[in-house]
Amino acid sequence: MTHLLEVENLEVKFALRFGDLTAIDDISFYLDKKEKLGIVGESGAGKSVTGFAIINLLSKPGYIAGGRIRFEGREINRLSAEALRQIRGNRISMIFQDPMMTLNPVLTIGTQMVETVQAHRRIGKAEARELALEKLRKVYIPSPEKRLDQYPHEMSGGMRQRIVIAIALLTDPALIIADEPTTALDVTIQAGIMELLTELCETEAMGLILITHDLAVVSQVTERIAVMYAGRIIETGYTTDIVTHPRHPYTIGLINSLPGTRQAGSRLEQIPGMMPNLTAIPEGCAFHPRCFLAADQCRRHRPELTAVSGGRHWAACHRLDQTLGHNHLHR
Amino acid sequence: MPNSTTPLLSIRHLVKHFDISGSLLDQLTLEKGRLRRRRTTVKAVNDVSFEIRRGETLSVVGESGCGKSTLARTVIGLYPPNRGEVVYEDRRIDHLSARQMLPFRRKMQMIFQDPYASLNPRMTVARTLEEPVVFHNPGISAAAAAEKVADVMRQVGVDPKWADRYPHEFSGGQRQRISIARALMVDPEFIVADEPVSALDVSIQAQILNLLMDAQEQRGLTYLFITHDLSVVRHISTRVAVMYLGTLCELAPAASIFSHPRHPYTQALLSAIPRLGEQRSQHIRLKGEVPTPIHLPTGCVFHGRCRYADARCREEVPVATALGPDALVACHRVAEGKL
Ligand SMILES: Nc1ncnc2c1ncn2[C@@H]1O[C@H](COP(=O)(O)OP(=O)(O)OP(=O)(O)O)[C@@H](O)[C@H]1O
Ligand SMILES: Nc1ncnc2c1ncn2[C@@H]1O[C@H](COP(=O)(O)OP(=O)(O)OP(=O)(O)O)[C@@H](O)[C@H]1O
Ligand code: SF4
Ligand SMILES: [Mg+2]
Ligand SMILES: [Mg+2]
Repeated sequence: MTHLLEVENLEVKFALRFGDLTAIDDISFYLDKKEKLGIVGESGAGKSVTGFAIINLLSKPGYIAGGRIRFEGREINRLSAEALRQIRGNRISMIFQDPMMTLNPVLTIGTQMVETVQAHRRIGKAEARELALEKLRKVYIPSPEKRLDQYPHEMSGGMRQRIVIAIALLTDPALIIADEPTTALDVTIQAGIMELLTELCETEAMGLILITHDLAVVSQVTERIAVMYAGRIIETGYTTDIVTHPRHPYTIGLINSLPGTRQAGSRLEQIPGMMPNLTAIPEGCAFHPRCFLAADQCRRHRPELTAVSGGRHWAACHRLDQTLGHNHLHR
Repeated sequence: MPNSTTPLLSIRHLVKHFDISGSLLDQLTLEKGRLRRRRTTVKAVNDVSFEIRRGETLSVVGESGCGKSTLARTVIGLYPPNRGEVVYEDRRIDHLSARQMLPFRRKMQMIFQDPYASLNPRMTVARTLEEPVVFHNPGISAAAAAEKVADVMRQVGVDPKWADRYPHEFSGGQRQRISIARALMVDPEFIVADEPVSALDVSIQAQILNLLMDAQEQRGLTYLFITHDLSVVRHISTRVAVMYLGTLCELAPAASIFSHPRHPYTQALLSAIPRLGEQRSQHIRLKGEVPTPIHLPTGCVFHGRCRYADARCREEVPVATALGPDALVACHRVAEGKL
């Protein structure tokens, strides 16, 4: 069976004056229809670059240096620019943290939505407006007719993000990549947006890639997770497995450092140091300078993703025989 | 004798409004053929009262724009209140002159969300840290000041050999350590921290929260902690104050507010917290959106979104009422014993 999206051995580099920097180093994952995959990791891990690579929006010094991206059975990183444009923003939509990356401040919502529809389909203005209204209802915008004549600045952040989702829906996408869609929003509004995205995956038969640094959010929304560190996927599998039995020391550290996992007032477990800069990624396992289990081989050889249980959970660590039973959450 | 229940700082009926009407010309409008002058004010903090007890961490939570930062800045004297009082121990400090305020500026320090914006980019760490010490102790010798800098740097986990570097040479987490160091340099009693870990990654966030908890324990500090991250709040707070539209809805010990929130807004807010590994709980959906603080709703500021609101809620402002020995709730239905 072919998946909706398959990413194989993807490599992304930035061509800089002093040479090329590898930002994404050989990552592979897949996604099916109606499925929700979380890409998690801290700042600089390569989450957004991965999203941009899929939708072919890498900006200038960045380029895909290797690997394959197959979408609906077609290898899209080999397509002509024209064919690509058809897919991007049509079959694949991206939602950003800041709705104003998508919205034009000087146009009404109606104008922007009608333009988007007409850029992809040859239909009249009245019909496009009707379609816009239908999508606004789908994202539960109150009094949608009124909203069509308003400007983005007349709306709250949460409302704008709903409008962005409605715009994404205009072209009936099969895949939505949401890059920190609720990071700038309050929790009550975040909960509503996450609920909406989950519902839409089901009703519109879409796949969702949810990019976020918030483990709690992905753990509630997604079926599977890929944890990134320094440009690589270091652990992946079903969300429940990873949250209850994380096996990579970095994932274990991330979960244990969350305030919610320990007794109130106690010291939080901390991961020493910080994520390396792309110019100084350590030899061997990139995490070894911060790892409580690091041994000699970790400093010398790079660990590959290895199956840890029944072929549905993988982690890239030399010392997997030592990593059970360290998480506080379920002890 | 001070003990854990004597207030270190009290705020009483604090009101802070911002006039955003602009120039006189902007304020003039033609209404029914007559020229009128209209002022526009943002009612950021409205009649808030509570006490902060010596040695506790009192967290203020609430959604964006509810007035947390304004409250914090008014408490520490960065903004003069329009009405109400700020009392430090037994001294009213909200109307003091800069000179009279001097000793309190040493006792009260502030830490901000963005350490980059709050550190002077052209000053080395050593100078950044020395400056407040020299300012508050003009007689101190250069050697003693340098020693103090090294001490505090060690305490916050930044190697003193980096004292001659500039802020941009440090990571976000290290910069936040340096701004905490700067606050600690003058041996304060009370620290107002406005979203001090919100910009940091979780693994770094844990480092900074540990540092703040350690400093509190070692120095007996009192914290007013502002954040929108409710998991952080649950972890570090002694008591929690919940704000909505510039108003205090509820104030209670951390453990009890998370297990038994009483105010309808607190209930909705806490139900929306995503928790690791828990199935998506049924969060309480609020109707509508937060109204603007320019035109406050009548009665209870929350009534338009509250599923329990009745006629009284729409007309009469609920006052924060003691509920048991240690909790305050501002809700008519709770006061009536119906919730
Ligand atoms: N245009 C660019 N030129 C050079 N390096 C870049 C560029 N864009 C991104 N990078 C680098 O690529 C790495 C991955 O960045 P990316 O934006 O994907 O991180 P992220 O995981 O999305 O982090 P965040 O949580 O901060 O959004 C980072 O080290 C970043 O500095
Ligand atoms: N200097 C100012 N001038 C005018 N209005 C202001 C000023 N500072 C804050 N406000 C307004 O006062 C209200 C409360 O703002 P405040 O910054 O205190 O909220 P907050 O709870 O800290 O929000 P956030 O979580 O976004 O930091 C907002 O409507 C804000 O726009
Ligand atoms: S006072 Fe009324 S409107 Fe306000 S929270 Fe209580 S029940 Fe709801
Ligand atoms: Mg990103
Ligand atoms: Mg604020």
